[in-house]
Amino acid sequence: MADNVTPRVRVPRDASAGDSVSVRTLISHPMESGQRRDGDGNLIPRSIINRFTCDFNGQNVIDVTLEPAISTNPYFQFDATVPESGTFQFTWYDDDGSVYEETAEITVT
Amino acid sequence: MRKTSLFGGAAVAAVAIALAGATSADIGDDEELIVNGEIEMIIETAAPEHLQDRLSTIYSGWVFRSDETQAMQADDFDNPGMIFVDQGLEAFETVMGTEGQSCASCHENAESLSEVRSTYPKWDEERGLVQTVEMQIIECQTERMGAEPYGYDSQDMRNMTALISSVGRGIPVNVAIDGPAQETWEQGREIYYTRFGQLELSCANCHEDNYGNLIRADHLSQGQINGFPTYRLRNAGLVSIHNRFRGCIRDTRGETFSVGSPEFVALELYVASRGNGLTVEGPSVRN
Amino acid sequence: MDLSRRQFVGTGLVAAAAFFGLPSIVSAATLEEAIAAFTGGAEAGSDGITLIAPEIAENGNTVPIEVDAPGAEAIMVLAAGNPNPDVCTFNFGPLAGRQGCATRIRLAGEQDVIAIARMPDGTFKQARQNVRVTIGGCGG
Repeated sequence: MADNVTPRVRVPRDASAGDSVSVRTLISHPMESGQRRDGDGNLIPRSIINRFTCDFNGQNVIDVTLEPAISTNPYFQFDATVPESGTFQFTWYDDDGSVYEETAEITVT
Repeated sequence: MRKTSLFGGAAVAAVAIALAGATSADIGDDEELIVNGEIEMIIETAAPEHLQDRLSTIYSGWVFRSDETQAMQADDFDNPGMIFVDQGLEAFETVMGTEGQSCASCHENAESLSEVRSTYPKWDEERGLVQTVEMQIIECQTERMGAEPYGYDSQDMRNMTALISSVGRGIPVNVAIDGPAQETWEQGREIYYTRFGQLELSCANCHEDNYGNLIRADHLSQGQINGFPTYRLRNAGLVSIHNRFRGCIRDTRGETFSVGSPEFVALELYVASRGNGLTVEGPSVRN
Repeated sequence: MDLSRRQFVGTGLVAAAAFFGLPSIVSAATLEEAIAAFTGGAEAGSDGITLIAPEIAENGNTVPIEVDAPGAEAIMVLAAGNPNPDVCTFNFGPLAGRQGCATRIRLAGEQDVIAIARMPDGTFKQARQNVRVTIGGCGG
């Protein structure tokens, strides 16, 4: 697992039923592309987050396939429809098999 | 501010050609920076008195950047530098060293240090020298915490200086240049106007005489340090003040002073004083 | 070590090929292959998809982009001039508030960024935007 991988997410605290809300996510990760070389000229092996998903109450919002061309500290901003109160589940999948998870609650009135 | 007031004579034509079709790097013109919709930054103000025979107005490096880069600093979630503030906060609350203390043991919370960034480098009576924030952190670690001190330009140190700067955002820089600090300040001014390297460039040649002009495809700023440590898109990480100084002198093809050296401490005090009146922005976002 | 001129030139070519990522293209898809894998060779229309990218990016390491294609199942983003053109693919679920997303990408120099949306009826929409990447100041 890459060092100091910290997920951050931001969703509104509350919304009206059926609203589309803005969701932002950022995870600290070097996203080593596999194209760079170290001081001795050897390729530094690729090590990236290769997939990111966001679900709300078990239903999918977005499922992203990432390639090495995504910047260091991957950032996404998208919208989600919230039919009722519940929990966002965010999951990042690392090349090395690590899985990073974060959740966020929203109250829908 | 009108853009033309920044560019003298022939430079206007050169810049206009280079920027044909581009609007993203315009400087000035009604821009404002309000971070998180609440921290109002002073990005342009009258130069401090000691500088008025050289410059009339001082500008934050933010005004020289493209719209996209500027936008990243306007919201903490969009600012990747805040990742390191979070890591700094974690370290702030973690016990280090033989005395069983964390930063929070003495300082309670980071917000209690909000006046630090705007007033450092600062004369330290006890030690009889001008101290940077980094030197102060190292002093705390070695004198009070019995801890292994952070390297001057280490990731841990940059996380901590980013935290300390972040809680002082919006406060105008106001470093003291008189009294016991004056000698160090004068030494820093001397360095600022000294030409270094095979290219024989002083700090002033670029950042006083040519700010707003292009160096290759990049806009030169006034070299203000109120936004440090800064998240550089190029490095995808935080860059410290002394690291930036070292990079500039290296680019003159000169032998540079080292990070944490007395020369760079003096230069930091002088450069900080050129920004007296601009607000603390660190961690800012720059290209 | 003695190098003949021919050896030296040969080494240089290999080094240049390595630098430009040519060996990896053997395994990575070319732009055409990447597009074909997504569209199955179908033609793409240009209405109903928006790609926002800066005309000039201050640094190629972190270029903010945003894509939007109302009603799309998925949007693939490609960087035509990168060693590997694939950037990312957004698949939208039933709770997507819009079929769009913003992210930050790496561009190895001036090139076209391409977004292709796959619609539920099996048609495709494509948008393309040229991005110039600024060469930094004296430090590069």
